[in-house]
Amino acid sequence: MSASNTDFVLAVEGLTVSFDGFKAVNDLSFYVDKNEIRVIVGPNGAGKTTVLDLICGRTKATEGSIRFRNRELTKMKEHQIVRAGVGRKFQTPSIYGDLTVFENLEISFPRGRSVFGALAFKRDEEVMTRVSEIADMIFLSELLGTRADLLSHGQKQWLEIGMLLIQDPELLMLDEPVAGMSVSERRQTAELLRRITKDRSVIVIEHDMQFVAEIADKVTVLHQGKILAEGSAEEVKKNPKVIEVYLGH
Amino acid sequence: MSYTGLRSLLPKNDLLSFGVLALLLVVILPLSLDIFRLNLIGKYLTYAFVALGLVLCWGYGGILSLGQGVFFGLGGYAMAMFLKLEASSPENTAIQSTPGIPDFMDWNQLTELPWFWEPFHSLGFTIIAIVLVPSVFAYIIGVAMFKRRVGGVYFAIITQAVAAILTILIIGQQGYTGGVNGITDLRTLNGWDIRTDGAKYFFYFLCVFLLFVCLLIAQFVRKSKLGRLLVAMREMEDRVRFSGYDVSNFKIFVFCLGSAFAAIGGAMFTLQVGFMSPTFVGIVPSIEMVIFCAVGGRLSIIGAVYGTLVVNWAKTSFSESFPELWLFAMGALFIAVVMAFPNGLAGLYKKYGEPLLLRVIDKVKAGRGGLGGDLNSKGVVHERQ
Repeated sequence: MSASNTDFVLAVEGLTVSFDGFKAVNDLSFYVDKNEIRVIVGPNGAGKTTVLDLICGRTKATEGSIRFRNRELTKMKEHQIVRAGVGRKFQTPSIYGDLTVFENLEISFPRGRSVFGALAFKRDEEVMTRVSEIADMIFLSELLGTRADLLSHGQKQWLEIGMLLIQDPELLMLDEPVAGMSVSERRQTAELLRRITKDRSVIVIEHDMQFVAEIADKVTVLHQGKILAEGSAEEVKKNPKVIEVYLGH
Repeated sequence: MSYTGLRSLLPKNDLLSFGVLALLLVVILPLSLDIFRLNLIGKYLTYAFVALGLVLCWGYGGILSLGQGVFFGLGGYAMAMFLKLEASSPENTAIQSTPGIPDFMDWNQLTELPWFWEPFHSLGFTIIAIVLVPSVFAYIIGVAMFKRRVGGVYFAIITQAVAAILTILIIGQQGYTGGVNGITDLRTLNGWDIRTDGAKYFFYFLCVFLLFVCLLIAQFVRKSKLGRLLVAMREMEDRVRFSGYDVSNFKIFVFCLGSAFAAIGGAMFTLQVGFMSPTFVGIVPSIEMVIFCAVGGRLSIIGAVYGTLVVNWAKTSFSESFPELWLFAMGALFIAVVMAFPNGLAGLYKKYGEPLLLRVIDKVKAGRGGLGGDLNSKGVVHERQ
């Protein structure tokens, strides 16, 4: 199918993926605006994480198109999608435990990404400034020299968010960023998210409806690989179909 | 290179271990051993090239290759082919039915030199081929495996299969390769007899020199961002991929580098031992090389050298007295390393040796009235071991 050019940052159209006949995502279409915070909710197995996997190229689509700033992503390799400006945070914190917080951020700094670029990479002023800037933002500036292994669960989540921020992606995708966090960490994260979502579009997967209402511009409810409802958090909460799916679950 | 550049490449503790190793290999061993024993050490050191490559591939990158003997062998055979051609001059081989070709070809009824032997008349070509042929071969294996995301145990098994295949090929193609005997009776290098004591001394020092060149290259790689990326890939490959890196390229690079090191080792082996045979290509030597690396400490490039020396020295002295028990001892050693000190000799040194040594040096400096300040304070970047 030939998708038309749009003003949307992300345009997903007719997206389908089937694993041995099981359609985890089924003819899904949605659009994300510039600077929009979109939250995807839905019961377990609804296909939320699969949608993120499809966008970032980890899973290949069976059918349909994903266009990011009018560039087709379904044909691109993972690292090309990242370089195009899509950042993705995994559900469990994915950081490099044997490296320090500083080195974790430094590796994510978008320069010297080829083999010889990495050999020639120098830790210059620009890198130092950027790393300390990001470290400040993610509440880790005191811990730059600490091995990432030794961080708490919440700090690891922040570090991974920071590793994405240093790449300054235009589209940021976060898979359950506050899962397993303490109440105070949750509050700090909400504040962090509000700050970092300026000037970029964000897709968040989240269960906690209170948290969703707090951050979302628009909510998409997925159920069995299809969109069940879409709208503001308030509208979605009142939607009888959504209530049925959640209560029936 | 500027002073600060040198400092960041070789910080105080690394400089110390490079220095101690250089002292041992360049001064202490040549002065205290006769040429027969020194030549043995030289032979062991050729394995250290392989172990060094394994530190980068396996220790840093998490890519376990059980087929490094392949690259050691390719380098060694390339060198041996040159030496064999020189030893097979028409005058030397006048009694053969076809003079001028290596003796084993004549025994196998070959009447002319195979085409792929021809360029090995040139020393320049041979030196290039020693590094290039194994690297290109590693590149092909690397592209075929890593681009398809074959890794871990599967990669190890495939490299092992490659080692087995190459051994079988060499043994089976006796007329072209010398078969199970290998390429023997090597005599001169550009007319210079390699069997004299003088030549053995020369090759020992050449081997040490090349080992240090490789050690410095390895040090540069591990100190660069590429070194940190390898660690990152070993731990969380997906995160590296989703940070915009083409992970397979980095694996291919480090695998090729390790292979080039192994090949240089192989060539130095041929020069010092005077022959090359399929025994050094197959599965058993390839696994032994992994053990050298593990005993030395798979995260330490200097440790790899000591590991190789210690295991081989033990092997020689042990098998002189109890030849049948050696393999059991080797197995026990490997188990002991894995269970008791997973970071090998380097881990033990890091824990007990280095703090002591640094304290002594600081004391000496203070005694001389020097400042003895800590040149190693790096702030945010810590040494990992």
